[in-house]
Amino acid sequence: MLSRPSLLLCEKKKEERKVKANDREYNEKFQYASNCIMTSKYNMLTFLPVNLFEQFQEVANTYFLFLLILQLIPQISSLSWFTTIVPLALVLSITAVKDATDDYFRHRSDNQVNNHQSQVLIRGSLQKERWMNVRVGDIIKLENNQSVVADLLLLSSSEPHGLCYIETAELDGETNVKVRQSVSVPAELGDPNNLATFNGEVVCEPPNNKLDRFCGTLYWRDKKYPLTNQNMLLRGCVLRNTEACYGLVIFAGPDTKLMQNSGRTKFKRTSIDRLMNTLVLWIFGFLVCMGVILAVGNAVWEKEVGSLFQSYLPWDPPVDNFLFSAFLSFWSYVIILNTVVPISLYVSVEVIRLGHSYFINWDRQMFCSQCNTAAEARTTTLNEELGQVEYVFSDKTGTLTQNIMSFNKCSINGQAYGKGTSREKNTLDFTPFNPLANPDFCFYDEKLLESVKVGDWHSHEYFRLLSLCHTVMSEEKSEGELVYKAQSPDEGALVKAARNFGFVFRSRTPGTITTTELGRTVTYSLLAILDFNNIRKRMSVIVRNPAGRIRLYCKGADTVLLERLHPCNQELMTITSDHLNEYAADGLRTLALAYRDVSEEEWEVWSESHRSADKAVDCREDRLAAAYDKIEQDMMLLGATAIEDKLQEGVSETIALLSLANIKVWVLTGDKQETAVNIGYSCKMLTDDMMEVFTISGRTVQSVRQELGSASFPGNGFREGQEGDGVAGDDQLQGSPCPLPPTYLMDNISGEFGLIINGHSLAHALEADMEVEFVSTACACKAVICCRVTPLQKAQVVELIKKHKKAVTLAIGDGANDVSMIKSAHIGVGISGQEGIQAVLASDYSFAQFRFLQRLLLVHGRWSYLRMCRFLCYFFYKNFAFTMVHFWFGFFCGFSAQTVYDQFFITLYNIVYTSLPVLAMGIFDQDVPDHRSLECPKLYEPGQLNLLFNKKEFFICIAQGIYTSVVLFFMPYAVLSNATQSTGVPLADYQTFAATTATALVIVVSVQIALDTGFWTVINHVFVWGSLGLYFTIMLALHSQTLFRIFPKQFHFVGCAQSTLLQPVVWLTIALATAICIVPVLAFRFLKLDLKPQLSDTVRTHLRKPAESRLGARGGSRSGYAFAHQEGFGELITSGKNMRLSSLGLASFASRHSSSWIETLRRKNTPPKEPCSSFL
Amino acid sequence: MMPTSYEDGHISVSGAGGGSMPGKKPENTAFKQQRLPAWQPVLTAGTVLPAFFIIGLIFIPIGIGLYVTSMNIKEFQIDYTGVDMSSPCYNCSQNFSWNSSRPCACSLPFYLDQPYDSNVFMYYGLSNFYQNHRRYVKSRDDSQLNGNQESLKDPSKECEPYAWSSSKPIAPCGAIANSMFNDTLELFYNDPNGSKVQIPLTATGIAWWTDKHVKFRNPGGNENLPAAFQGTTKPVNWHWPVYELDSDPENNGFINEDFIVWMRTAALPTFRKLYRIIQRKNNMVPTLPRGNYTLEVVYNYPVRSFDGRKRVILSTISWMGGKNPFLGIAYITVGSVCFLLGVVLLIIHHKYGSRNNIAT
Repeated sequence: MLSRPSLLLCEKKKEERKVKANDREYNEKFQYASNCIMTSKYNMLTFLPVNLFEQFQEVANTYFLFLLILQLIPQISSLSWFTTIVPLALVLSITAVKDATDDYFRHRSDNQVNNHQSQVLIRGSLQKERWMNVRVGDIIKLENNQSVVADLLLLSSSEPHGLCYIETAELDGETNVKVRQSVSVPAELGDPNNLATFNGEVVCEPPNNKLDRFCGTLYWRDKKYPLTNQNMLLRGCVLRNTEACYGLVIFAGPDTKLMQNSGRTKFKRTSIDRLMNTLVLWIFGFLVCMGVILAVGNAVWEKEVGSLFQSYLPWDPPVDNFLFSAFLSFWSYVIILNTVVPISLYVSVEVIRLGHSYFINWDRQMFCSQCNTAAEARTTTLNEELGQVEYVFSDKTGTLTQNIMSFNKCSINGQAYGKGTSREKNTLDFTPFNPLANPDFCFYDEKLLESVKVGDWHSHEYFRLLSLCHTVMSEEKSEGELVYKAQSPDEGALVKAARNFGFVFRSRTPGTITTTELGRTVTYSLLAILDFNNIRKRMSVIVRNPAGRIRLYCKGADTVLLERLHPCNQELMTITSDHLNEYAADGLRTLALAYRDVSEEEWEVWSESHRSADKAVDCREDRLAAAYDKIEQDMMLLGATAIEDKLQEGVSETIALLSLANIKVWVLTGDKQETAVNIGYSCKMLTDDMMEVFTISGRTVQSVRQELGSASFPGNGFREGQEGDGVAGDDQLQGSPCPLPPTYLMDNISGEFGLIINGHSLAHALEADMEVEFVSTACACKAVICCRVTPLQKAQVVELIKKHKKAVTLAIGDGANDVSMIKSAHIGVGISGQEGIQAVLASDYSFAQFRFLQRLLLVHGRWSYLRMCRFLCYFFYKNFAFTMVHFWFGFFCGFSAQTVYDQFFITLYNIVYTSLPVLAMGIFDQDVPDHRSLECPKLYEPGQLNLLFNKKEFFICIAQGIYTSVVLFFMPYAVLSNATQSTGVPLADYQTFAATTATALVIVVSVQIALDTGFWTVINHVFVWGSLGLYFTIMLALHSQTLFRIFPKQFHFVGCAQSTLLQPVVWLTIALATAICIVPVLAFRFLKLDLKPQLSDTVRTHLRKPAESRLGARGGSRSGYAFAHQEGFGELITSGKNMRLSSLGLASFASRHSSSWIETLRRKNTPPKEPCSSFL
Repeated sequence: MMPTSYEDGHISVSGAGGGSMPGKKPENTAFKQQRLPAWQPVLTAGTVLPAFFIIGLIFIPIGIGLYVTSMNIKEFQIDYTGVDMSSPCYNCSQNFSWNSSRPCACSLPFYLDQPYDSNVFMYYGLSNFYQNHRRYVKSRDDSQLNGNQESLKDPSKECEPYAWSSSKPIAPCGAIANSMFNDTLELFYNDPNGSKVQIPLTATGIAWWTDKHVKFRNPGGNENLPAAFQGTTKPVNWHWPVYELDSDPENNGFINEDFIVWMRTAALPTFRKLYRIIQRKNNMVPTLPRGNYTLEVVYNYPVRSFDGRKRVILSTISWMGGKNPFLGIAYITVGSVCFLLGVVLLIIHHKYGSRNNIAT
């Protein structure tokens, strides 16, 4: 994708990069890449050769090229060259046009980017320069809200302490503002004049793709300054809250970290793709077999007959014996039989998928009006796999939940406040008390406000902590109109809560924090921020209040914070712990808050040690952590916060629906167990009805194994079977697909159990010796929640299921931590419009809300799968019907590879006569309307079981195609061999035979597509009738005198169309052949529909006859066999009361097969307009 | 097929923006929302079973009609290859080779047991003759046959090895032309009173109109053919050059109908080609009355070498062409099968199907 010759050169030449500021000559020596980026692949001159070269790397294209070359050998050529070159050229040009269009847009965006203006300091003055002309070593001036031109070393900033703020959304997807600091010494380089003379030299690492790492040294005036990522402004970032800054270009253009990260993503293939490739290989094998049979036939014929026939037809010069003739005949037959694998197959598949992708993009029901985001199919090659998903791996935060946090409850000094989000109670009105309050904030306990008003010291200190101890940035556009920019939504919620309770965080500078405390403006000087990280799980600030007292405020996870309290807190700690547990049980996210007074001396000592740790070159992180640890001791507990993580709209309904569609939903979250479990309950994955919910949280191999073992299911016979499976070992699991369809197993044992596994246990469970056991246990559970998992583990879990279950997996997530999972799953879905774009960029599909997943899978996926399967069945059928006629003809033409049809017919059959109707079917077909597939999720099952297109179906198609070819050859053969025109001229001449067979073929396959099409839109009509019309038009044109007069050699079928099509016998033959081909199919389909209807057939039949519901009421004995799947689901859907499954027991009815759930519904007297019952 | 083009569709790295752009709400059109009005046919008993009966009811009468028509057509075949020792042509078939210049004649007596009323069509039939062999089929030059002067002087390579003979271009070139059927067949009616009456045979009107008038043309018009074919030579197996096929200038050279008929290659190795038409003289007398006939053959065409057979066929014609009992029988069979299938399906449907599908 990128051309980086310079990078390669540079890497070869040296390990480090030297950049001297303001010295273009010096830097030019190294031939660093310029800042001109080129994502385009081609230019005007290289397009044709490069594009063709790329296209011929495709096996299929090369194969057809090979055929073309074969055809140029006169002794072999059984077909004119144009029969291959026309379709090949068409395919190549379609692809080329697509590539060219893509590249044109890349060129355009490249140009746009390259021609952005930037300000470069050249010879002491700022000059406007295009981005592409910026060189390594230049000093660039950036202004607020500008994008960073290249990877810059921050030299100076307009803000104090050389700080500047950037937004890295485009880089890592995080929308929060990050801080960067200029190199400590050149901070004096404040103004351009000083900078112009700056001649420091940077020695640093070569370009790489690590976004969070940079190491280098600045040499200036005989001093060394260490450089870290903290000093870098990376291309793609946007400058925020900073008036201006200056930076030295270190990496430009393709060397920048952004471009280094934009590598190719792994190309995903669908299972249909893989199956198709296997089948195509089989067909090649079949082709070779046919070729061999016919070549043997040729050898025999040439020996027995051909050698005697030589007086009329001598062998062509190089052929001197029958064996050589047979050898050539083999290749000739390879050429004419190659249409069993038509070149248009792949193109058609791509076109159909593209069409389906557009339908996803256009779907209004997957459009989120709040965030104004439509669903987007970012990959156009995976659509039909959406109809086969068995496992959904979901992230929690931002995916199941809105990632909107609301400060819901709190515990202050042992006193619990907040009553949750019951709707009856009025929210507190803060406005009379606090003019700066945010009206969106909701809290439901006036006691807390009272305690703040009366001046309770703990309450004040509690909210003071919340207003000081955070990393939120504020923006105050006008007085009182505060906007907070928070790193995490939790933090934002806390600061917002403090603001409403009268402790308003107003603004911060690197050294101060200004708040308004109960109407009084207070400025604290900020001495230190002891930042949060995943190991520490806490953050602290050390501030000096206007009175000069130094205090440390700390907030953090209860587990770590409670350990660091002063012993005198014991009693309070017990109460608060109780509160914390209570909150966690409610699914709230909790933090504990504490403070500590720090004496001046202690501060001095500590700040010294802190400073030295900060300056440390090696192990800086560890030393800082140790320093932090030292002061975060003996703290006094203030209380705890509880924040509600709001579920997204429709999450529980979607999960219920997916599980009815036999899709297992696993939640993989980095959150802690309690929270995750609670989300599990609130979105109805876990229910109180579950027989047992196993929790695996062991830290050692043994304990995990033991816990996994105890999660056996006594008394239901499941374990024995599973054990057997496990012992039988990997080869069984890997070699053959599961002996039982997955649902069979699931139906017997699932539904009753849930499994919760912790990250550290998961690490053991994922090891080779335990993974089989883990998979079988986990898959037997109805709900699986993995908590505290790392992004890598998320991917590992997905890989595990892919490996052991051979099931189609889908991963859905919204954040950068889901990227690995999204990439490793068969299908990755990104939630767009929320926390940044990293997940979306890695995803195959993106939309704004989790609930759209049901529509994506049950409607679009299901349709795509159905359409693709029908398309493939028909496609293979029509090509076998077409091609195998040559095989039968071989026995009557001395195995000479004479084609049955006219060359033009062979050329056009696949690309003109039969392509559009099947494309229309592949794009527009619907068996049941979208709302039905949402109402009857069981309709999704055929996709998971791979029922619609598999090897068996393929063989049925092939058999049908071969049968058709037999009929199409032998009917004309039998009828025409003795028939004559009404003028007495025999009809058995080659051209009449060819025209008759071809016409019969086109009509038979058109009738067949008419039978296959279940959804006749205008477009289907136009294409089917149009193709037939086109066939006759083109045939008449090709057989016309005009064309013959111009090219007598090519169009030697002159007059054939008229002469053939006017013969009643020909039409009688065609009608007969059509009847013989279609009647068995019709009878077979009817029997299948009548005796063993699929659910979709039944839905469709009933759908068609809504008026007959009266009849249905009469026929009480009707068992609705096809509906006999899950009782009670209708109630679930129709109740509308938030999918309250606990009483019904979603689990229990999943395994019940008693009677029709539709009938159950009817017995329960549901109103007739209920979904799924209306068509009865 | 096109993975390369999709691989990099993932990340667009160029410049600001990127990622999920907030989009416009998709249009609410029936097409984009997949709500196009559509006809959704379902194979119910109500549609399928009547279809079977209708097909049956249409096919059976057609089949009967075809069969009766075919039965009314009179056809007579006689094999004159001379394989048997007893055959009058045995000697000719034994002796003859392409190079022989002496024509061999033989005559076959036969008896027509019913009179042939309308026009009678006389065919010659060849068996085991692979006119549909790929190398044979392509061994012709349509451009030359269409009167093109350049092709006349420089025949296409496809004609090899029958393109040049003694460094002169062959006209007409190619294996098809070279192997043209050249037996002469004459028909005599043995009048009961002892005289032998030759039956007049019409040699025109036996080829496709387009072949005669479009596809085949003599170079430089139909007049003075020897001059037009100056500089070319006859096909090696021929006895006469192409411009001596007939005396009638409208039936000579490339537009000679015997030649055109031969050049329209057969689809199958056993075929018949129209040789002559016996025109009906008047309505009172049958074209060929019942009685004894003699077929006089000038035996030029060797087929024994490849185990071929030669026949002569006399046939009358109806609206649907010559005798073709297969078509009628096939129609009757398919019609009956459809009808039976309809009955069987109806029974199956009533016995087993109804409880699933009340909607029929």
